[in-house]
Amino acid sequence: MSKIAAAFQKQHKCFIPFITAGDPDLETTRRLIVAMANAGADIIELGIPFSDPVAEGEVIQAANIRALAAGTTTDKIFAMLAEVRKETNVPLVFLTYVNPIFTYGTEKFMAACQSTGVDGIIVPDVPYEEKAELAGLCRQYGVDLIPLVAPTSDERIKMIAKEAQGYVYIVSSLGVTGVRQDITTDIAAIVRKIREVTDVPAAVGFGIATPQQAREIAAISDGAIVGSAVVQIIGEHGENCLEPLTDYVKQMATAVHGVE
Amino acid sequence: MTKGRYGVHGGQYIPETLMNAVLELEAAYEYYKNDPQFNKELQALYHDYANRPSLLYYAEKMTKDLGGAKIYLKREDLNHTGSHKINNVLGQVLLAKKMGKKRVLAETGAGQHGVATATAAALMDMECTVYMGREDTERQALNVFRMQLLGAKVVAVDSGTKTLKDAVNEAMRQWTANVNDTYYVLGSVMGPHPYPAMVRDFQSVIGREVKAQMLEKEGRLPDVVMACVGGGSNAMGLFYDFIPDKEVQLIGVEAAGRGVNTAETAATIARGSIGIFHGMKSYFLQDEYGQIAPVYSISAGLDYPGIGPEHAELYDTGRAQYVSATDGEAVAAFSYLSRTEGIIPAIESAHAIAYAQKLAPTLPKDKIIVVNVSGRGDKDVAAIARYMGVDLHE
Repeated sequence: MSKIAAAFQKQHKCFIPFITAGDPDLETTRRLIVAMANAGADIIELGIPFSDPVAEGEVIQAANIRALAAGTTTDKIFAMLAEVRKETNVPLVFLTYVNPIFTYGTEKFMAACQSTGVDGIIVPDVPYEEKAELAGLCRQYGVDLIPLVAPTSDERIKMIAKEAQGYVYIVSSLGVTGVRQDITTDIAAIVRKIREVTDVPAAVGFGIATPQQAREIAAISDGAIVGSAVVQIIGEHGENCLEPLTDYVKQMATAVHGVE
Repeated sequence: MTKGRYGVHGGQYIPETLMNAVLELEAAYEYYKNDPQFNKELQALYHDYANRPSLLYYAEKMTKDLGGAKIYLKREDLNHTGSHKINNVLGQVLLAKKMGKKRVLAETGAGQHGVATATAAALMDMECTVYMGREDTERQALNVFRMQLLGAKVVAVDSGTKTLKDAVNEAMRQWTANVNDTYYVLGSVMGPHPYPAMVRDFQSVIGREVKAQMLEKEGRLPDVVMACVGGGSNAMGLFYDFIPDKEVQLIGVEAAGRGVNTAETAATIARGSIGIFHGMKSYFLQDEYGQIAPVYSISAGLDYPGIGPEHAELYDTGRAQYVSATDGEAVAAFSYLSRTEGIIPAIESAHAIAYAQKLAPTLPKDKIIVVNVSGRGDKDVAAIARYMGVDLHE
């Protein structure tokens, strides 16, 4: 069983925080991964910073800029992960645009994922129609290719879910990443469609910030993904984000883990 | 291989949120491009509103001055709104209307595409928002006001290099947020399928006219057709009908900025490598980790780190050649054409003129070159004055 599958086999729903690698620097990222795992994060999504993050709202755009300004590169991220793996076995998933993978060399990238223990990748600009760009090498190197479904996916949901690996990432709302007051999409209906065709779990992201929102989402899915709210704390506290972020992750993980 | 491919280039690398919208667009375009009523309406807009066909003008003074090949200018600068951009926009906004959309959004670099979109939106009763890099709103302030006069909302984009690339990023973000009722009018032969094919089809009127006009004037095809290339829509429109005519040489002129061997360049074919960005696989200016480079050109319309996928394929197969002109060469050509022929070209088009100045003297007098004057230069006058150190007391 993959580490991702094992995480969803636990007796509770999953809390999945996202951070941008190298924000504000890679040493902080290394410490954050370990601290978040110890604070109850079931899976951690790690963004590879990109010059032009087209799917991101302002908060995560700013994190990308901070990380790149700090000199973060794909090679340095892999080197940092090799250190992380000495301290924690938490499942790790990359969230990255396709160009950093393609330009690095897709095979070289997947091989490095395998050797540093990256369990899956989420690539927002590779839809179902283009997944052949990555799927073969993902399979060869044991990296789950985690697909996204959106509020606009409708009849595409089943087609996407049928071939999903790791988990299905349900995008809760239209638009880019960022905290939202209300999530109006019928998430439960999307989850039902996914469950008709696959046992692969479904986690929900975009817009979730509060324990209450996370509880509501976890109640109708297999997990809650939180990005902008986490990155906001890093943006506010910089290198000193460890303590406030650990507190936040504990609070959110407790909320999600308490859901029946 | 997936849809919309040009060799290895092209494709549909976009977020899942946009996939159904792009598939809907693709289906609508496939239907309407063969619909006689749609084509009748589009032709009427071209002829009665946009001033098509545009002239093919024999530049006799320029030809004599350069002393080589005979030079014809395709006068896209005489179109309504002052550039080739109107060809694509009338097609897309008409399509949006047929699709029942009420709002359009667009990115713009120099502002020509934004002005054209605002114009078509005014004509066809659409709400229009245009995203433009903050730096471009400053160097093309006149076009910002033109768009506002036409009833469009102009949003200055402050991310990244604050130029065309960032305007595309923001337009894509806003499209993702408003995908249910909004049509994205992409301005060049780039982005996810079907945009590169659709924009090329709407722009291909340029090459079709050139072919007919050249046969009428000279009784034969030209030897060389050339145009400036940023994303590449005016060049693709000029080239397309000539692709099967192997004896016609196709030349795209990129913006070298301060020089192709400097960091301040936008010459994608000269300096780029293959990548995947803005919905397409193609050539991009980027670093070894796939970070998109902050490009530079004096021309806001050519200041883009990629090139349309069909150009990438024409380059790979050798069917078209890509050269470049620097800021300095383009500014000199801007002045040259103004003084020699009394035609002030857009600074974008001046890049093509600059290369024509180099090429024509090397060819015998019985050869014919067609240069696409993709737009008029009124919008650039203030920026060129600044470049030349002239104080206009604006």
